[in-house]
Amino acid sequence: MTEQTQAVENSSPSIGVSIFRIISGVLGHFVVKRFLFFLFVVWLASTVIFIIPRLSGQDPVKEKLLLEAQRGGAMQTGLDAMAKSYQKRFGLDQPMWVQYTNFVTDLAKLNLGVSIAFFPRTVNDIVFESLMWTLGLMGTVTILAFILGTLAGAILGWPRKPGWLQYVFMPLLTLSAIPQYLLGMILIFAFAFKLGWLPLFGGYAPATMPNLSFSFIVEVLRHAILPAFAIIFSSIGFWAIGMRGMMINTQGEDYMIQADAKGLKGSRIFMRYAVRNALLPQVTGLALVMGTIITGQVLVERVFSYPGVGDILFQAIRLSDFFVIRGIVIVIVLGIAGATFLLDVLYPLLDPRIRVRNS
Amino acid sequence: MTEQVQAPVGESMGAGGWSQFNEERFIPIKKYALRNPSLIVGGVMLFGMLFLVGIGHLVWDTEQFRPLSTPTRLAPTLSHELRDGTIAAYPFGTDTQGRDLLAIAILGTPLTLRIGLIAGVVAITLGTVAAFMAAYYRGVVDGAIRSVVDVGLAMPALLILILVRINIGRELSTDELGIAIGLTSWVFPARTIRSQVLVMREQAYVELSRLSGTSGMGIIFKEMLPNLIPYITASLVGSVAGAILASIGLEAIGLGNLSDPTLGMTIYWNIQFSSITLGMWWWWLPPLAAIVIVFISLFLISSGLDEWSNPRLRKRV
Repeated sequence: MTEQTQAVENSSPSIGVSIFRIISGVLGHFVVKRFLFFLFVVWLASTVIFIIPRLSGQDPVKEKLLLEAQRGGAMQTGLDAMAKSYQKRFGLDQPMWVQYTNFVTDLAKLNLGVSIAFFPRTVNDIVFESLMWTLGLMGTVTILAFILGTLAGAILGWPRKPGWLQYVFMPLLTLSAIPQYLLGMILIFAFAFKLGWLPLFGGYAPATMPNLSFSFIVEVLRHAILPAFAIIFSSIGFWAIGMRGMMINTQGEDYMIQADAKGLKGSRIFMRYAVRNALLPQVTGLALVMGTIITGQVLVERVFSYPGVGDILFQAIRLSDFFVIRGIVIVIVLGIAGATFLLDVLYPLLDPRIRVRNS
Repeated sequence: MTEQVQAPVGESMGAGGWSQFNEERFIPIKKYALRNPSLIVGGVMLFGMLFLVGIGHLVWDTEQFRPLSTPTRLAPTLSHELRDGTIAAYPFGTDTQGRDLLAIAILGTPLTLRIGLIAGVVAITLGTVAAFMAAYYRGVVDGAIRSVVDVGLAMPALLILILVRINIGRELSTDELGIAIGLTSWVFPARTIRSQVLVMREQAYVELSRLSGTSGMGIIFKEMLPNLIPYITASLVGSVAGAILASIGLEAIGLGNLSDPTLGMTIYWNIQFSSITLGMWWWWLPPLAAIVIVFISLFLISSGLDEWSNPRLRKRV
C-alpha cells in the first residue's frame, strides 16, 4: 500500500496520476482504497473469465448438447433448433455488450447462473453445498497445519533448541516436497486398503443421507481423517521453512541483543521478541493460502472422492458444464481477492509500524 | 557469494565484467559445494534418475507404452509365461489396459520434466522482462504491470488453464501444455524479481554506472542481470517445480493429452481405474516414486540455490 503511494508520488505527474490523486484525496481512507482495489481486481478477473470462451469461438452450450446427443444416440436433426432455444434461455443470442452487461449485473447480485448438466439447479446452489465440505475440512486443516508448522519452524530457528530436534523435523520438511494428493494416495493404500482402519473414499458412507445425528457426524469425521493428515503432513514443512527463515533473520537484530542484555528469560525472548516479529510474514502467507485452499485441494478431493468444490469442479469438467466451472473460478477469485483485502485491512492491527505510516 | 561477486563487476563496469565474474565464481565452487550439501544431494538425485532413464531408453523397448500392447494386469516379475506359451518379461508389470509400465516410467519421467522445463523457461523469461520493465522504467509502466500481476495472483494458473483448455476443446500436446503453463505462471516470478531489481537499482555501483553515462539497456544487461543470475536461477527451479505440479494436476483431472505416457497421465489412469482398490500397487508406485524424487530433488536444489543467491539465509543456526 505505502509502496504504491510512494511510487505514485515519485513519478512525474500525468493525467492518470492527477486523477488518482483527486480520487484518493476524496476517498482518503486506506480501507476504502483497498476495497476499491478489491472490486477492481474482481471486475478485471471476471472480465477475463468472460472473454476467454469468446476468444476460442466455441459455443459451450452447443458443444454440450452435441455431446449429450452423441451419448444418448439422439437424432441430430432437431439439434440446431434446440441449441437456439437454449441459447435464448441462457441469453447467448444477444449482442456481445448485452451479454457482458448481463454477466456483470448478475455477478454484482452474486448470481452465478444455471447449471447446464443439472439443468434446473443453480450454480449458486451447487457451489454453496460443496463449499461447506471444502471449507469445513480444508479450512480447519489449513489453520491446524499453520499452527503446527509455525511452531515447529519457530523452535527449529531457535539457537537454544535441543540438538535432536533437527533430526526429527528434517524428514517432515522433506515431506512438504511431496504433493498433497500423492501423500493421500499412499495414506489410502496403507490405512484404508491394507489395514482397513478407515474408509477408502467419500465424505460419508454411500448409503446414508446427510443428517445431524451423532453417528453421521462420527462417520463424517472418520472420512475426514485421511485427507486431513495428507494435507497436514505435506504443508507443515512449508510453514516451518518460512518461520525458520524469519526466526534466523531476527537473531542478529538489535532488539534481540538488547533483550539478551537486559537479562530476560529465554522463553520470554523467544515468544515476545523473536516469534512476535517473525510471525508477521507468516500471517501474510496464511491469508494468501486461505484464499487458494479450494484450488490447492482440488486433487486431494479428487483422490479421496471428497464431495467438495474440487470434486464438483472435476465433475463439471467431465460433463463440460461450463457455467459451473465459471462459477467455481469466480468464487475462488472472490476468495483470494477477499483474503488479500482482509489482510491489508487487518495487518496494521498486527504490525504497529504500518499503523503509524498509514495514518 | 554475492558480495564477493558484486565488487569486481561494479569496478570494471563494462564488457570485462563477465570474464572476471566467471573466474571469481568458479574457483571457490568446489569448496562451496561442501558447504551446501542440499544442492549437491538434489543434483545427484535428479541426474541419477535421468541417467537411469537414459540407460532405460538404450536397453528397453519402449514401444509397448501404448494400451493393448501387452497382456493386462500382470504383476511385476522378470518372466511371465503367456497364454500362447511364450515367455515375456515385465519387470514393472502391466496395467489394466495392457501397457508395459517400465516403458511408461522410461518415457514418462523425461516427458514430465520437459513440460516443467518449457513452462519454467517461458515463465521466468516473461517474468524477468516484466520485472525489469516495471522496476527500471517505473511510473505508468510499473503501475500497469503491477495491476496485471495483482490480478494474475488472484487467479490461480490452474483455473485459467482449465478455462482455456475447456474452451479450446481439443487435447494439447505436451509442448503446448508447457507453453500454456508458462504463459499463466509468470506473474509470481515477475513480482519477486521486480522487488530484487528495485533494491538493486539503488545500489552504489548502479548509481555510478548511471552517472558515467551508461544507457538504460547497458545497465540492465551489464550491471543488474549478471548479479541477478543466482536469484533468477533459484526462481527458475521453483517455477519448474510449480509447473510440473500444475501439469500433473491438470492431467490428473483429465485435461492432459490422453495418448501421452506422462507421469500425470499415469496418475490419471490410476485414479480412473481405482488401481489402489484393485490392489495393483505396481501401477501407482513407479509414477508416484518418480514424482516424489523429482519434487524432493528440485526442492533440495532450490533451497541450495536460495542459500547461494541470498546470503542472509546462510546457516547461522
